[in-house]
Amino acid sequence: MSSQLLRFEDWTAPVPAVRREVLSALPHPDEKNPPLLFVPGLGHGAWAFREHWLGHAASRGFSAYALSPRAAGSLRAYVHDVVQVAAGLPRQTVLIGHGVGALVVSHALARYPAKAAVLAAPVLDGWPALGAALRTNPFGTLPAFFGGGLGLSRKQLYSPGCTYERKLTREPTAVYRSVLTASRPAAPVGSPPMLVVGSPDDKIVTRKALDRTAARFGGAPLLFPGMGHDLMLDTDWQEPIDAVIDWLEKELLA
Amino acid sequence: MQDTPDIADRHDAVCVIGAGASGLATIKSLREQGFSVDCYERETSVGGAWNWRHDRSPVYSTAHLVSSRPLTEFPDFPMPDDWPDYPHHSQLLGYLERYSEHFGLRDDIWFGTEVVSVTPAGDGRWDVTTRSVGGGAERVQRYAAVIAANGHNWAPKPFTVDTSEFRGRVMHASAYKDPAQLRGRKVLVIGGGNTGCDIAVEAAQQAEKVWHSTRRGYWFAPKYLFGRPADQMLPPRLPLRFRQKLYRWMVRLTAGDLTRYGLPAPDHRPYESHPVVNSQLAYYLGHGRITAVGDVASMEGSTVELSDGKRIEPDLVITATGYLPRFEFLAPELLDVDEDGRPDLHLHAFARRHPTLAVIGLLQPDAGLLPLAHWQSVAVARWLRLRIDDPAKAAAVQQKESVRPVRSWSRLRVVPSSRHWFEVGHTDYLRAVEDLLKHMEPAS
Ligand SMILES: Cc1cc2nc3c(=O)[nH]c(=O)nc-3n(C[C@H](O)[C@H](O)[C@H](O)COP(=O)(O)OP(=O)(O)OC[C@H]3O[C@@H](n4cnc5c(N)ncnc54)[C@H](O)[C@@H]3O)c2cc1C
Ligand SMILES: NC(=O)c1ccc[n+]([C@@H]2O[C@H](COP(=O)([O-])OP(=O)(O)OC[C@H]3O[C@@H](n4cnc5c(N)ncnc54)[C@H](OP(=O)(O)O)[C@@H]3O)[C@@H](O)[C@H]2O)c1
Repeated sequence: MSSQLLRFEDWTAPVPAVRREVLSALPHPDEKNPPLLFVPGLGHGAWAFREHWLGHAASRGFSAYALSPRAAGSLRAYVHDVVQVAAGLPRQTVLIGHGVGALVVSHALARYPAKAAVLAAPVLDGWPALGAALRTNPFGTLPAFFGGGLGLSRKQLYSPGCTYERKLTREPTAVYRSVLTASRPAAPVGSPPMLVVGSPDDKIVTRKALDRTAARFGGAPLLFPGMGHDLMLDTDWQEPIDAVIDWLEKELLA
Repeated sequence: MQDTPDIADRHDAVCVIGAGASGLATIKSLREQGFSVDCYERETSVGGAWNWRHDRSPVYSTAHLVSSRPLTEFPDFPMPDDWPDYPHHSQLLGYLERYSEHFGLRDDIWFGTEVVSVTPAGDGRWDVTTRSVGGGAERVQRYAAVIAANGHNWAPKPFTVDTSEFRGRVMHASAYKDPAQLRGRKVLVIGGGNTGCDIAVEAAQQAEKVWHSTRRGYWFAPKYLFGRPADQMLPPRLPLRFRQKLYRWMVRLTAGDLTRYGLPAPDHRPYESHPVVNSQLAYYLGHGRITAVGDVASMEGSTVELSDGKRIEPDLVITATGYLPRFEFLAPELLDVDEDGRPDLHLHAFARRHPTLAVIGLLQPDAGLLPLAHWQSVAVARWLRLRIDDPAKAAAVQQKESVRPVRSWSRLRVVPSSRHWFEVGHTDYLRAVEDLLKHMEPAS
C-alpha cells in the first residue's frame, strides 16, 4: 500500500481538471442534512440516479447529487473527481457508490472523511465480477480482453421487465484495466459508518462477494432479493433507497 | 486580594488555542478520535494569518501563495482543481472558511476569546485561563490536554539597527498592507525572505526608487519551470543532495547569477535556508527598478548608511525581518525553551515532558504548511486516544519517542540564523510522522 502521507504522484503530476457533470435534486426547505453524492459505475452516468433516487432522496429531505465519470478516465481520476465534488459541497458528504462506483468510493474514502458511506452492489474486486460477467454475457465481455471495450447486457443488469440498455455507454478497455488492477484502498479516514446493500440475484456481484465486502467493512449486507444489479433503475428502486436513508437517519442520530 | 475564579472542569475535553489553518485541522482530528473540543480564537473569525483584514494579519493585499496548490492543500480536503496554481490569499481564506463550514468546526470555537495562561493542574491536566478580547472577567477551565495552534507569524522580529534618529518612516512588514503605501516613495526594503522580496517587487511597480537590503545571498526559486509550478518539477522522492543539485540547476536556468546586480552569492546550499520563491525580483533588478544593497549599518537624519559605507536617502523603510514564535501563555520550561527562546519539542510538536501538551504548525517547510499541520494533528489526536485506550502501549511509545532528537529524523543543515531552527524538509518530516503513526497503530 502506498503511503497516505507521501503523495508523490499528486505533488508532481496532479490529475488534470475537467468540467464535471453533476446532476442534483434539492429539498425545500433545506433540512441541514448531510448531502448525498451518488457515484455510478462503469457504463453508467449520473442519469442512472436521476431516474428515481435523486428525487426520492430530496423528497426525504436530503440534497442529492450524482456525478458522471469523466471521459477517458482512470480509477485515479474518478477518485479525484469524487473527492473534488464532495469537498465542494457545503457540508460533510455521504458517498454512495454503485457497482464499480463503489470501488471508486472505497478509494475516495481514504482521501476524504465522508459523513457515511454506502456501497451498493459493490464491484470491489474486479476479477470475480469479470468471471460472473463472462458467464452471463460472454459476447459482451470477451471483446474487453482485446481492447474492444466491455459491453453490458440487459440480462446482467436488470430484473425482468426493466431495461435501460440503450443508455449504457461502452468504456475503453484501459479504464477497465485501471479498475481491475487497482490495489486495495487504504483504510477510510475519519472512520465513517458504512453500509453494504445488494441483491442475492445480482448477475454481476455474487452473494459471496457481497458478504465478503460487508465483512471487510464490519457488517452484513442489506439484501433485496429479486432485484438486478442496477438497484437504482429496477422496478423496485424505492426499497433500497428508502432502506439506505432509514439507516442513514439512524446513524446521524447516533 | 483577588478572588480565585472557580475552575470549571471540562473533564476529557481538549483545549485548542487558535483557529487558523492548524487549529481547524486540530479540531477536526480530535473530533475524529472522539474528543470534545473547546477552541479559543482571539479574532472574530477563522483563518488566522490569512485573514488579512484583521489588523494583526501579516498578509498584504497582493500576496499569493509561494507553494503551489497540490503541495499546499489539506490532504483530505483538496482545493478546487480549477483554481490557479498559486491562489491569492483571499482564496486561501475562503478555503479555510469552507473547511470549517464543511466539517461544522465553528460549533467548537469560542471567538473573541484569548488564552492568557495555561498551567499544569497535575495528573497531566491543564488549567486554561481565557479572557474575552472585549474585556471582562477571566475564566479558568480545566482540560485533559492543550494543543497550541497559535501561529508563529505574529510577533515582528525586531530590527537591530537604531532607528530613533532617522527622519523617514520606518515600519515592519506586518504593517504593510497595500501597494498604495509605496506609491511615489523612495523605499528601502530590508530582508530577503519571501515578504521582503514580494514587497521589493511591489515597490518596483509603485515607488519612485527602491533599494533592497539583504545581509546574505539566497537561492531565489522561480514560480515556474518549463511552464509548470517549479515545486512540482523537483522530484521530492530524490535524496536531498540530488535535489540540491537540481535546485542549483533550476536557479541557474532562471534567475541565473545575481551577483552581477550586486547581490552576494549564497553562503549556503539550497534548502539550508527557507526557500524564497520569486520570479520577479531578478526581472526588476535587471530593469534597474530595484537596486540591491548590503546590510544597513546606521540610520540617522535622512540618511541610511550601508555596511560598505555607501549612503542612501529613502523616505520609507520597511523592515521585513520576519517573525518570532511566541508562547506567552505557557511557562517556557513546559516547552523546554532554550536560552535563545527556541522550544525543544519532539517533531517540533510534542512537549517532551508533558504528554498532554502539543504545538501544531510550528514548522517552516519547503512546501505548504497545511498538509504538515494536518498530519501533525492526526498524530497528536491518535496519541491522546492511545493514552486512553492502551496506556501501556502509550507509555512504551512515549519512552521511545520523547527522547528522539530532531537530528534523528532531519538531516537538514541550516543557516545559523534565528529563523531556521524549525525549518524542515516536508518529505523527511512526513516520513517521521508516518513512522510515529505506525508505532501507534493498534496491534491487529
Ligand atoms: C505573507 C505570508 C505568506 C504565506 N504564504 C504561505 C504559502 O504560500 N504557503 C504556506 O503553506 N504557508 C504560507 N504562509 C504561512 C502561513 O502562516 C500558514 O499557511 C498558515 O496560515 C499557518 O496557520 P496556523 O494556524 O499555524 O497559524 P495562524 O494562521 O497564525 O493562526 C493562529 C491563530 O491563533 C490565534 N491565536 C494566537 N494566539 C492566541 C491566543 N493566545 N488566544 C487565542 N487565539 C490565539 C490567532 O489569532 C490566529 O487566528 C504564509 C505566511 C505569511 C505571513
Ligand atoms: N507569498 C507568500 O506566500 C509569502 C510571502 C511572505 C512570507 N511568506 C512566509 O511567511 C514566513 C515569514 O517570511 P518573512 O519573509 O516575513 O520572514 P523570514 O523568512 O524570516 O525572512 C526574514 C528576512 O529578514 C532578514 N533579517 C532578519 N533580521 C534581520 C536584521 N536584524 N537585519 C537585517 N536583516 C534581517 C533575514 O535574514 P537571514 O537570512 O540572515 O535570516 C531574512 O532575509 C515564511 O514562512 C515565508 O515563507 C510567504
